[in-house]
Amino acid sequence: MIATILFYLFAFVLTGSALAVVTLRNPVHSVLFLILAFFNAAALFVMLGAEFLAMLLVIVYVGAVAVLFLFVVMMLNVDVESFRRGLTRYSSAGFVVAAFLLAQMFILFTNMDKISAMKLHLKTPIKEGVTNTAALGQVIYTNYALAFEVSGMILLVAMIGAIALCFYPRNRMRKQNINAQVNRKRKDTLEIVKVQTGKGIA
Amino acid sequence: MEIGLTHYLILSAIVFVIGVMGLFINKKSIITILMSVELILLSVNINFVAFSAYLHDLAGQVFSLFILTVAAAEAAIGLAILVAFFRNAKTIHVEDINELKG
Repeated sequence: MIATILFYLFAFVLTGSALAVVTLRNPVHSVLFLILAFFNAAALFVMLGAEFLAMLLVIVYVGAVAVLFLFVVMMLNVDVESFRRGLTRYSSAGFVVAAFLLAQMFILFTNMDKISAMKLHLKTPIKEGVTNTAALGQVIYTNYALAFEVSGMILLVAMIGAIALCFYPRNRMRKQNINAQVNRKRKDTLEIVKVQTGKGIA
Repeated sequence: MEIGLTHYLILSAIVFVIGVMGLFINKKSIITILMSVELILLSVNINFVAFSAYLHDLAGQVFSLFILTVAAAEAAIGLAILVAFFRNAKTIHVEDINELKG
């Protein structure tokens, strides 16, 4: 009973904050609702028995990704008032696509036990008496070692890519050097020559 | 009523569709589009973890972990592109970004 109530609480807050992320005009508010959505998803993960992933969601998403979003929103200093109201011209197509997607997934998920040809091939069954974190660790470093290494490489490539995109070398920037401007003397730069007719300057 | 796999799947479907809607309808900044992508990835994560819990198989949680990695990398690259673009174009409005005439 309490599990049912909690599920519906978290589910409603999750969907509501997801809607707020999409519809709110101010990106800062959107980011804050994104954080709320991630917290509720983490609570649902705890209810499903995936504690490690729940904590990872809070640490990685709330602690890193959402803060990164906030940083970028505030660093870009965009004018919130200039964001136009209303919908794009593609929004009608968007509504159609969304309605079809939702209807199809709803039909599929509610009749899954009747139509599914899903066979259980348990390769990594959840062990009893082992914590979620320990069980995941036993699987990741053995069966999925290659995928784990590849995901580490993906993070490295993403880091290098992000730095390369945002790196702005100092010496390429043209800055005003006030000291040099003020200290310029007339004799350093200006030379007055008398040009004789027909001779030119050597 | 007992909470079953179907409840979680329908919840993830709703969040996924909200994310897809966010890609289409928003007239605001590109940041909102990136956040919609994060929502979509979150709904996929919910799907994986729900199947993992109800099939008693850890593989779903492992893949959810990898999706988390890729989502973090995607957010970092996307925001870096956004910063680099804003430096050149001084705008992040969706409708002002039409250099490719899309």
